[in-house]
Amino acid sequence: MERLSPQAIIDSFRKELGKGFVSGTVYEREVAVKKNKFRSLWVEVKKSAFRRAVEHICRLQEHPHLAVISSGDLGTEVELIYHFTIYYGHHLEELSLGLRVKLPKTDLTIPTITDLIPGAIFTERETQEMMGVKVVDIPDGRRLFISEDVPEGVYPWRKDETGPEKLLRVLPGRKPKQWDQKG
Amino acid sequence: MAVSETEKGTYTIPIGPIHPALKEPIQLMLEIDGEKVVNTDVLAGQVHRSIEWLGMNRNNPVQTIYLAERICGICNICHPFCLVMAVEQAANIAVPDRAEYIRVIAAEMERIHSHMLWAGVAAHEIGFDTVFYLTWRAREEVMDLIEYVFGNRVTKAALQFGGVRRDITAEQLPRIQKSLDYYKGIFEHLRRIFLEDKTVQARTRNVGTLSTEDALKLLTVGPSARASGVPKDVRQDQPYSAYADLNIKAITPDIVTGTVVGDVYDRIIVRLLEVKQSIEIIEECIAKMPEGPTMSEPKMPRLLRLLAAAAGEGVARVEAPRGEDIHYVRLEAGQQTLTTWKVRAPTYVNLMAVPTILKGMQIADVPIAFASLDPCMSCTNRVTVTDRATGRTSLLDYEELHRLSVEKTRKLQR
Repeated sequence: MERLSPQAIIDSFRKELGKGFVSGTVYEREVAVKKNKFRSLWVEVKKSAFRRAVEHICRLQEHPHLAVISSGDLGTEVELIYHFTIYYGHHLEELSLGLRVKLPKTDLTIPTITDLIPGAIFTERETQEMMGVKVVDIPDGRRLFISEDVPEGVYPWRKDETGPEKLLRVLPGRKPKQWDQKG
Repeated sequence: MAVSETEKGTYTIPIGPIHPALKEPIQLMLEIDGEKVVNTDVLAGQVHRSIEWLGMNRNNPVQTIYLAERICGICNICHPFCLVMAVEQAANIAVPDRAEYIRVIAAEMERIHSHMLWAGVAAHEIGFDTVFYLTWRAREEVMDLIEYVFGNRVTKAALQFGGVRRDITAEQLPRIQKSLDYYKGIFEHLRRIFLEDKTVQARTRNVGTLSTEDALKLLTVGPSARASGVPKDVRQDQPYSAYADLNIKAITPDIVTGTVVGDVYDRIIVRLLEVKQSIEIIEECIAKMPEGPTMSEPKMPRLLRLLAAAAGEGVARVEAPRGEDIHYVRLEAGQQTLTTWKVRAPTYVNLMAVPTILKGMQIADVPIAFASLDPCMSCTNRVTVTDRATGRTSLLDYEELHRLSVEKTRKLQR
């Protein structure tokens, strides 16, 4: 398959997704003595276009590698970044592609991609238990890391009232730390 | 009991909570039919330590380097290496060229010791304890070298944002070369033991096979993926640090045998050749290492101020001994901690291949097949066995499983 340049990949997303495309940037950094370029792409899409974006990645690279889904609590919304890598197996050709999608806290759902990438199951299970994002149609919705004695509705990565702070043990004679203050 | 009833019956054996190969906490639920494994379920999370939460809520970024170092005792360079690169991207911190070379030397020394450790464990799993002693004795050489160069055998605290905390001086070079020569000297001996010995071959050929297709679908990384014929190596594909100056080629087993089977034997080939490759990389780095400073911001208060003021995000990947390691970092101005920190260690994805690898295996092959992935639970975490006929569940402990594996080797040797 023909390999596109980073900018051409961003353009292909814009063309493919139309209004579902939000933004796309290319990050470059020169490394070490020879100043070879380390490149990564960041593409943000709307939730409605998320599945189409993943299908598009599967067209750019057969079996794209999904490293992990990272999630961040941004206050009123939760940001998911699907860290893909494409064009692997060739010297200096590989590109990291971060596919970003923001979900409002009122509707924390995302469709599963395990039908396209079977190995996405662990990271989807982790996102579900750690961030409280419901993965729709996930084939195995059990917890992955969190033990069964942790109550429902506690999400360790969240920074709001559903965070794990209430489960922290405060040693006798100490005051609980004020976790709501930043830093 | 009617025949039809026994045919349907499988038996579930739990192995764990200390897992069958590397004495680490994970539970595997093996569904077996007689001696054959029909299905496996992996129960991770037995020792989840909330490291990411500590990095996002308790520590300042510099403290988080030393926390990242403690994610895994074996990969105590890879994790901080990955973290510092992600933060350097996010905060736009430059790294002196000399530091990039020292980082790579540290990472490659780690790969030698990790692969030697694995080779010893693999030999032990099949009951070859003399080889286990031999490889672990050989591993001591690189551990001593690491201690000599970086001041400690395990957690070395070598990395810092914008460089490394220890330089390699000219007086140290002969001692480093001596250790590298030692490995070159014993390489042929190790190659004969692991690749030509008939018992090793009988226990590892066509055991725990993972096809190229499955490796790609299940996102397998590292030597396990390369042994299945996927030429994927971050050092080659998207080189970082000083690897960008070197011309590294991913090692696949067909270099030696001409074919890719994707079994335990192929995984031995890949790791063995990678030890050799690491020695060559260290030599090349020492020869090419430019002069200059090793840190871009040696003053700690200034570094902390710079990090607290920085805003941005970064993602870095490092080829750890077990495969690709990825850290994602997000910094917000005015915040003393990392706003978001996501760590994904290679075993996290490699565990998904376990049901495929163990399918159709005999129980006695489970330890070596599982160990061949070089799973590391501190990065990511037991095996239960159920009888289809009776529905009984019994726990196979490590000693019992190991005894089965050793018995199989003895039978083969007769």
